[in-house]
Amino acid sequence: MEFKPLTCGDQPKIRFLVVDDSVFARKNICKMVEAFGGEIAGEAGDGLAAISKYNDTLPDIVLMDITMPKMEGIEAVEHIVHDHPKACIVMVSSVGYQDNILSALQKGARHFVQKPVKPEAFYEIIRYVLSENTEPAPTTAGGA
Amino acid sequence: MNMALIQPFINSLDAVISETMRCSARIADVTMEDGMYQRTGVAALVTLSGDIEGRIILDMDSDAASQAASDLSEITGPPSEETAREIVCELTNMVIGNSVTQLNDRGYNFRVHPPEIFLIDVGPRGTLDSETVLLRFELPKGAVYLNIAVHEHSDALVESPV
Repeated sequence: MEFKPLTCGDQPKIRFLVVDDSVFARKNICKMVEAFGGEIAGEAGDGLAAISKYNDTLPDIVLMDITMPKMEGIEAVEHIVHDHPKACIVMVSSVGYQDNILSALQKGARHFVQKPVKPEAFYEIIRYVLSENTEPAPTTAGGA
Repeated sequence: MNMALIQPFINSLDAVISETMRCSARIADVTMEDGMYQRTGVAALVTLSGDIEGRIILDMDSDAASQAASDLSEITGPPSEETAREIVCELTNMVIGNSVTQLNDRGYNFRVHPPEIFLIDVGPRGTLDSETVLLRFELPKGAVYLNIAVHEHSDALVESPV
């Protein structure tokens, strides 16, 4: 299936940070992101690395797993959103129960996608989240 | 073992295999096990803690693991051992994640730990309070085994399944 390239304002390409402890899952998500016309700003395998990568790359959107070693995704969301209140984070996890979803949303995630990910639905969710985030992405590292 | 705990695993394995490998997983056998776990092919283990505690092992025989690697990674030819392990780990993550989501809808709360590749040939049996159920599923090529050794805490509040 062909996807119209994702856009946000006048940016030519949306930059994604993909966070998942599974190398295979990251590869799979990166492949979808590229099919959506996005660009991979970085990858991370746990929540701690995600915080560091976020600060280094300041992506437009983060695709974040929940169950990960060292630091889980929901805790990483809390840290990132604390430092970057406009961070745009979509949770992507196989564990889709209400407590997890609510907790992620309360910590500042914008949406939740359950694995296995269906590309068409994933594309629409990312498009929707980006449309809510019309202001330009932050341009300085370190955050507020 | 409360067999109502097992049904979500059966449903999830079929749904995940159907979505990712575009084929059905037919349940071929259900047995209670009391010996050590004997690995068949490429296996990954997930532990649960909370209202339900224990561990689940998803084990794909070599034919099924090759098929999964080929279907999910879109590579041609035999996949590397590393690729097969990564894919079985991620399939396990999806099957267990979807299963615990269904169990949570019934009132169980717990924590899922990240899947680990299970490399040893013979693994631990269930604990004294965890009977072990072995489910065998047939795929068009090969078989998948789910070895489930879990128990629920007696004070876990559970809604009746609909």
